[in-house]
Amino acid sequence: MIFEEFINYYNYFITLFLMSSGLYIVVARGNMVKKLVGLGLFQTSVYLLYLSPGKILGGTPPILAEGYEVYSNPLPHVLILTAIVVGVATLGLGLALVVRIHEAYGTIEEDEIFSKGDDLQEEDNKNSTLPGDAK
Amino acid sequence: MSASVSSLSPAILNLIEHLPALQVAIPMLGAAFVAMMRNGLLAWFVSLIISLLMPIIALFLLHETFVNGIVSYALGGWAPPVGIEYRVDVANAFVLVIVSVMAAITLPYARKVVALEIAEENRSWFYSMYLLCLCGLLGIAITGDAFNAFVFLEVSSLSTYAMIAMGRDRRALVAAYQYLIMGTIGATLYVVGVGLLYVMTGTLNFADMAVRLKEIEETRPILAALSFITVGLSLKIALFPLHKWLPNAYAYSPTMATVFLASTATKVAIYLLIRFVYTIYGPSLELVETSAVTVFVILSLAAMFIASFAACFQKNIERMLAFSSVAQIGYITLGISFAVKTGLTGGLVHLVNHAFMKGALFMCTGAMMMRLGNVKLQAVEGIGRTMPITMGLFVAAGLSLIGVPGTVGFVSKWYLALAAFETGQSWLAFAIMASSFIAVVYIGRIVEIAYFREPKGAALLAKDPPPSMILPMIILVVACFYFGIQADLTAKTAELAADAFLSSAQGTWGAVQ
Repeated sequence: MIFEEFINYYNYFITLFLMSSGLYIVVARGNMVKKLVGLGLFQTSVYLLYLSPGKILGGTPPILAEGYEVYSNPLPHVLILTAIVVGVATLGLGLALVVRIHEAYGTIEEDEIFSKGDDLQEEDNKNSTLPGDAK
Repeated sequence: MSASVSSLSPAILNLIEHLPALQVAIPMLGAAFVAMMRNGLLAWFVSLIISLLMPIIALFLLHETFVNGIVSYALGGWAPPVGIEYRVDVANAFVLVIVSVMAAITLPYARKVVALEIAEENRSWFYSMYLLCLCGLLGIAITGDAFNAFVFLEVSSLSTYAMIAMGRDRRALVAAYQYLIMGTIGATLYVVGVGLLYVMTGTLNFADMAVRLKEIEETRPILAALSFITVGLSLKIALFPLHKWLPNAYAYSPTMATVFLASTATKVAIYLLIRFVYTIYGPSLELVETSAVTVFVILSLAAMFIASFAACFQKNIERMLAFSSVAQIGYITLGISFAVKTGLTGGLVHLVNHAFMKGALFMCTGAMMMRLGNVKLQAVEGIGRTMPITMGLFVAAGLSLIGVPGTVGFVSKWYLALAAFETGQSWLAFAIMASSFIAVVYIGRIVEIAYFREPKGAALLAKDPPPSMILPMIILVVACFYFGIQADLTAKTAELAADAFLSSAQGTWGAVQ
């Protein structure tokens, strides 16, 4: 019985596995690029959640013509196309931030950055002191 | 929506017809337009024009909802529920007005601080990001489509990350990165929830979803979807204990971004959460009986006390105000969790009231930052003598934050306390009182440092900022007191918005097509 249920819903199990492993990487890793990889995995698993129920076995692409009656739902594809764009934008921005962080700190390991944070707080404030009068 | 405007010419009538789309399209196109500019001042001017236009549209939409009830707009002419629908009732319009009015007040203030904090070649990019963020926030508030809301959520979030990363020093980059991770997890959890709802109901339209949820049984995926959406949006709201990104994001981002985000961004996410809990799940679930309400009460109380305590121990005014924001969000979510009209009204009126006072406080802090270079506690010693107007306004807005009678803070707490007595949880009213006293401590500490110590260093030479910055602060502080005494306008509108949410929870939102 359990095996049957697993077979029936195997797409959701794959989704859940990918989702939780992605989230685990985000939480467990200190390397900022690895975190972004995990985040990408986490986001991508959602695509599967949307796409797999839209597919009907034996269904065709949604074409209106003679002889084609059973077709897959096109809406999830459109939605996920948008979600992919969002995912790419997020990853791009995230990587851009990591490049800037590497330039500023010389490392992309979170614990090394945090250990530097407090020591340099005073110095940072001195560097960032702004002219008293804005014109 | 022609009943009240039939006397106007056809061209204007046509324009009015499309106002819901323009509310979002103008800042979006403006962002692309501004991104092409190389002159920061010109970019500011275009952003100012757009920001001043937004409240006019929002107020018009609010007026329309007063007259005609729900305004439904089919985007691109595709009829809902298949097409994307912009569906505005009093509650949406209320949020639209808050966001757009705060944008319009922030922009005049922005020119000087942006010119100081952001390099010449990046200024137009910054304004472009700001307009995208405005577009996203207004989009979340106006849309009636769950997936469209996700897209706008990401539009506003991505532009927010970019704005924060442009902050004064390198810690802004780390703050932006952390917010990106947390924000993306939040948005993805939200979209997982929406996906489950879509699989179960076959629709993405809010109104349609509410109707169909009522028809199907209370199944596990439906409840799982609610929890995914709640946790995802709570990350965006910065509901305790999911608030870790907020203090750094507010403290290190450019002043203008802090002012704008503190007064708008979390509010819109709260709106979306209320929309889901009341309008979509309201008709099919008994709100009061769900254990989720208990969790919300506990988390709200934790936010009100723990975040307020944390605020007392901050060495930097901006971080202190950021922790105070987390605490204030606790009041709003507490109001929502009462699930009665007075409570919801209290929560909603606190949305607008908190926007006024936190906007004013961050503006004053930004002015100090401009003169002193940082706003650590030892830097602002004696600042009350050299920057009297700024500090005076800070204290006035601080009184409102505490909730002194005659200020807007008192109005919201009054409603919340009424709701606590109404639902038979009078101890919550005392909790609200007690947490207000913590606000006395952290605001009082600033007052003591600013007025009763000798100014030294940069504080000796500091003077009040130019009128373009003082004026927006004065407007917000006056609003804090005016709406505290004449609470009719904000509280009545919030009451109507609460009515709209509660009646939609009875299943009427989908009925009026």
